[in-house]
Amino acid sequence: MKLPSRKAGLEARAEIRRAVRAWFEGQGFLEVDTPARVPSPGQEVHLQAIPAGEARYLITSPEYHMKRLVAAGLPRIVQICRCWRGGERGSHHEPEFTMIEWYRAGASLDEIACDCEALIAVAARAVGHWPAVDVPASRGRDGKPEKLAVRAPFERLTVREALSRFAGIALRGDESVDELRSLAVRAGCNLGTATTWDDIFFQVFLDRVEPHLGRERPTLVFDWPLPLAALARRKPDDPLTVERFELYAGGLELANAFGELCDPVEQRARFVAEAEQRRQQGRAVYPIDEKLLAALANMPPTCGVAMGFDRLVMLVTGADSIRDVVAFADDEV
Amino acid sequence: MSTYDTSDIRKGLKVMMDGAPYTVVEFQFIKPGKGAAFTRTKFKNLLSGAVIERNIRSGEKLESANVETKTMQYLYKEADSFVFMDTSTYDQVQIPSETIGEDALLMPEQIVVEVLFFNERAVGVTLPNFIEQKILETEPGFRGDTATGVTKPAKISTGATIAVPLFINAGDTIKIDTRSGEYLERVGRA
Repeated sequence: MKLPSRKAGLEARAEIRRAVRAWFEGQGFLEVDTPARVPSPGQEVHLQAIPAGEARYLITSPEYHMKRLVAAGLPRIVQICRCWRGGERGSHHEPEFTMIEWYRAGASLDEIACDCEALIAVAARAVGHWPAVDVPASRGRDGKPEKLAVRAPFERLTVREALSRFAGIALRGDESVDELRSLAVRAGCNLGTATTWDDIFFQVFLDRVEPHLGRERPTLVFDWPLPLAALARRKPDDPLTVERFELYAGGLELANAFGELCDPVEQRARFVAEAEQRRQQGRAVYPIDEKLLAALANMPPTCGVAMGFDRLVMLVTGADSIRDVVAFADDEV
Repeated sequence: MSTYDTSDIRKGLKVMMDGAPYTVVEFQFIKPGKGAAFTRTKFKNLLSGAVIERNIRSGEKLESANVETKTMQYLYKEADSFVFMDTSTYDQVQIPSETIGEDALLMPEQIVVEVLFFNERAVGVTLPNFIEQKILETEPGFRGDTATGVTKPAKISTGATIAVPLFINAGDTIKIDTRSGEYLERVGRA
């Protein structure tokens, strides 16, 4: 461990955590702890849960158990906890990382977006970087350092607006894989051997859209197409999109939020489809979380969000790497 | 010909893309919200020097490029080419002047360079980062004049004209950064 270069990062981290906790308390949130070892970790196709013995896995996010608490009658809960995602290593990734996850029953997704705006302000102020944070060259446009204004309101875009503006693609959300591929090819993207809807979508998104997000100020990207629904509910007035946003700031992907799907029948169908995709790709298939499905039937309309705490610290301190803001990286353990 | 996958990506890896050889100069693991893992990779075209960025999804294959670098010594110049000798096999090769470009003006005889071969053909020469050269001619120097930023042109024997500080004289030996063609310091006096 390289002290003192990392000392400043750890001090900032502690300061930010204190401020974040105080903010949630002021908002009337209950801080909870849910299990780290679970029989059914997230089914998401691209997440790899790490086995933890006794038919348990380490959580990839605390989502399922936090939803069960909401369903059990806790309307405003927050958790700051460790999560694990196998194989994820890089300057913005560690296989063991810290998440802030919170839920508000009865709230709209826009209220969650406002929470994100407030929380980034709280974190930036905690380390005296307000109203702009430093973006280091490694995360800046064209490899140059820059400043990012983090004062609310953040930029709000829909996925459709972003694709149209930056890639010239008009997306509905119900395109077949072939249609989507020809849109992407016409936009000039190199798709390699991608054959699935989400692989093609993300190739376009990474190549053409994501480099522009969160540059003048943080960007909230709303209304994700139905094939990327995960655990989000459909928009009643636009059934080809779901209530979901992703938050981008200074070259970091910071948070993912859902208007939570409370329909156990549709949720089961998605779990089954994801399990099938995992099976086809030769990935571990986890048991479906029946206790979660049972709880969903009792869950009030709720919105929730997961924000990477390490990345929040990176954002407001201007860090190059997640290694600068954790005590020990995976290869230092 | 072998193939690589994204987990093989590292700085200096040589791959073929769109018919040209590239080397990896930078890479980063990324994972867009709920999507597959990608490696955001910057590649430098070994022929043109142009740098491009590609997001390569994990599972994609990259084709290795048939490139190698050999350590060679510059022997002499011919009409429109330069003759080099492989320092381990003593084989001689001719490299056209246009392949070497402006670097030729900073290439003294006997200098040892790295020569890049693509499909067995020499396609580029990399000079050592620094060379030391004697000044052939320049305006006489002013003793004690070390004002920074003020320069005058000075000719060196390899043909290049270098901007040097005013105190430098013909016959002085100076150190030059071959990447920028800039004067660094005086290492010997006339």
